[in-house]
Amino acid sequence: MSDAPAIELRGISKAFGPVQANRDISLSVARGTIHGIVGENGAGKSTLMSILYGFYKADRGEIWINGAPTQIPDSQAAIRAGIGMVHQHFKLVENFTVLENVILGAEDGAMLRPSLAKARKLLGDLSEEYGLKVDPDAVIEDLSVGHQQRVEILKQLYRHADILILDEPTGVLTPAEADQLFRILERLRAEGKTIILITHKLREIMEITDTVSVMRRGEMTNTVKTAETSPAELAEMMVGRKVLLQVDKTQAQPGEVVLKVENLRVLRGGVERLKGVSFEIRRGEILGIAGVAGNGQTELLEVLGGMITAQGGTVQLFGAPLDITGRMANGQTRRAMGIGHVPEDRQTEGLIMPFEAWENVAFGYHADPKFRAGALMDNAAIKADCADKMARYDVRPPNPRLPARNFSGGNQQKIVVAREMDRAPDLLLVGQPTRGVDIGAIEFIHKQIIALRDQGKAILLVSVELDEIMGLSDRIAVMFDGQIMGERLPQDTDQNALGLLMAGVTEGAA
Amino acid sequence: MDKMPKWADVVLIPLISVVLALLVSGLVVAIIGESPWRAMQIMVRGAFGSAYGWGYTLYYATNFIFTGLAVAVAFHARLFNIGGEGQAALGGLGVAVILLAVDWPHWSLALAAAMGFAMLFAAAWAALPAYLQAKRGSHIVITTIMFNYIASALLVYLLVNVFRVEGSMSPESASFAAATHLPSAADFAGGLGFRGSTPLNISIFLALIACVLVWLLIWRTRLGYEIRAFGHSETAAVYAGINPTKIIMITMLISGALAGMMAINVVMGEAERLVLDFVEGAGFVGIAVALMGRSHPVGVVLAALLFGALYQGGAELQFEMPAISREMIVVIQALVILFTGALDNMVRMPVQQIFLSLRRRAAQAQNSPEA
Repeated sequence: MSDAPAIELRGISKAFGPVQANRDISLSVARGTIHGIVGENGAGKSTLMSILYGFYKADRGEIWINGAPTQIPDSQAAIRAGIGMVHQHFKLVENFTVLENVILGAEDGAMLRPSLAKARKLLGDLSEEYGLKVDPDAVIEDLSVGHQQRVEILKQLYRHADILILDEPTGVLTPAEADQLFRILERLRAEGKTIILITHKLREIMEITDTVSVMRRGEMTNTVKTAETSPAELAEMMVGRKVLLQVDKTQAQPGEVVLKVENLRVLRGGVERLKGVSFEIRRGEILGIAGVAGNGQTELLEVLGGMITAQGGTVQLFGAPLDITGRMANGQTRRAMGIGHVPEDRQTEGLIMPFEAWENVAFGYHADPKFRAGALMDNAAIKADCADKMARYDVRPPNPRLPARNFSGGNQQKIVVAREMDRAPDLLLVGQPTRGVDIGAIEFIHKQIIALRDQGKAILLVSVELDEIMGLSDRIAVMFDGQIMGERLPQDTDQNALGLLMAGVTEGAA
Repeated sequence: MDKMPKWADVVLIPLISVVLALLVSGLVVAIIGESPWRAMQIMVRGAFGSAYGWGYTLYYATNFIFTGLAVAVAFHARLFNIGGEGQAALGGLGVAVILLAVDWPHWSLALAAAMGFAMLFAAAWAALPAYLQAKRGSHIVITTIMFNYIASALLVYLLVNVFRVEGSMSPESASFAAATHLPSAADFAGGLGFRGSTPLNISIFLALIACVLVWLLIWRTRLGYEIRAFGHSETAAVYAGINPTKIIMITMLISGALAGMMAINVVMGEAERLVLDFVEGAGFVGIAVALMGRSHPVGVVLAALLFGALYQGGAELQFEMPAISREMIVVIQALVILFTGALDNMVRMPVQQIFLSLRRRAAQAQNSPEA
């Protein structure tokens, strides 16, 4: 083994049509280090990693692995070069066992038994060596997300990966699981593995990486030693200007109760997703719901937004019962009552991607009389409304005729936010308002949410980003397994305490 | 990502597809030992060379506009209605029922009633698969195609046992009263050379009106907006408070009614009685017409015209070139369907590549003087 860097990229460029996704990128990662790559959405991180893993071919530039120029035309070549990738969305076969998943695509022959026996032995050794404990005979769908991720890492190690690329690995983990992941990564580093960590969470960069590179608009703008930088400095490098990481807000002035939820129960697919949830939100207040994705937050938003019906419990809006089981439980009546809803997934829920922006601005409000001209829709009025909203919510480009899918994530979200917030609803349901949104847009959206609160509106905020929950909420409720584990005030708690609640550990049991 | 200009998508690609289909067809004709060039001439002359040819071409096109619109409307809600065949058959039944049951004083009243019954019967036939899709999740492709067979069997039964004229050996209803006969092209456009024998009748105007109404429905009304939104994303539709059951039902009712309107052209306008198998595959051609017409009324009209010409030109070809059998004509029609529908991407990808590289070169040429 030489002292050559594990990975060296020299002048990598890649264009998609007129879009320059990567421009002359050079990067050197020393063996046995953890290197972070940060950047806003669309900065080119994923493209760069896809080139390294053989999904795309670079237009220009060279890849050197361990001091030797290497061609990586496909992912098989990447694996041969010792590169392993753990995707954000796991690529596991749900109804296979751990062992079967690990050998998938790396079987030794036509018969499975010898491969499985060999893999079982090797897996035992690997688990031992890196502290990656997983039951080889467990079926994937029975494992927690954290354990599934370990299987992904084991899969790569089984294929003799020396260089691991992790794409947003903590997005689906509890803080405790993320901590465990970091311990595993440290162990891997100690054993001489090289790790590239792609994330947008600056806290993680600061905690675990040795060096960090910042990407902006397809270029690698800076590479610095983590110990010599700060989150604020990194954020500034990412956006190209000073950014407020902390949300500025005044003390809440809660008024009358807007929403009162009692003992709400929801079944979906035969599984009880909400098991008796109760809370209330007042005027001028933001209630944040923290929790790992998949613990009932989605169902909570959907039942309040009228997308699904409940099996039990009551919901009151300003003291009047809200239909959560019958014909009136739908998005149209909810909007008419002054409930706005920024859904968790703008691409499959909040927007019709092939529709032009103006058509999306009417989405859900298309029955509004002001958008009607006789029997037809008043398209001119909708277009004018869209142009007006685009100007005030800083949607770029401000072109009502552009299909939604041609906007960046942040601007798509601004279209949704403009539509749902501009009518100043008495109650706003917000799910993952800044998922996949660049820092500049995050700042803008956060300000809008605070402004709506200051107008005396009630806001239910669901987010898997603890920083966002901590920063925006006036009260925090933590959900786990369809129940609210407890309520906290942001000033009286910290991420660790919330993390315990998110994992279902209450004070009594702890 | 970048796309090619709209005209290329709407005009250029279907055109290339048709040319490719005709080239392959020519190859087949050549293999049989006939001249592809002469075959082509006969087809074009047969379809467009005379008022007689035009009469048939436009008559067929009228059928295909209705069935094409039926498929197109359903496409917008991402429903694949391949039951146009059966729905049209039921439409014919509706026409026959009302025209035989009542002694109509004038064709215009008869037409209004026949339209109502054609659409009612056909929509009802589409409603059952729609309900099964909306409430039971039974896939509409499976159910509509099964309903085609049920409709066919039902019509045979009714024509043999109920409608057949006493003493007649053929499974068809009695002829409709003369007062119900629709004005034919000889009546309203005799000056253009149409004779009394032409099947073309005023239904073609109904087809064109239907095009305008469908365009209004899909792109200008709230219902059309909801149909399109539902077609792109059911989850998003639910988020916006659009009721999926309602959209599936209404869309399929409209789709079925449009397919049923085809019976006005054939049963009321041409045969003037209910005959067995009068739909003659028009329901299936409608799928190709909608695909080729990009589910847009203008595209549907153009595609319907093409297929009308293929039908009529094909019939002439069969007549003039004995070596070319009826099956050969079906092969040619099938090739057009194959190239315009199923093999769309085969043409689309290279054309898109060409446009992309052209654009990139233009962009570079623009940038270079500054650099």
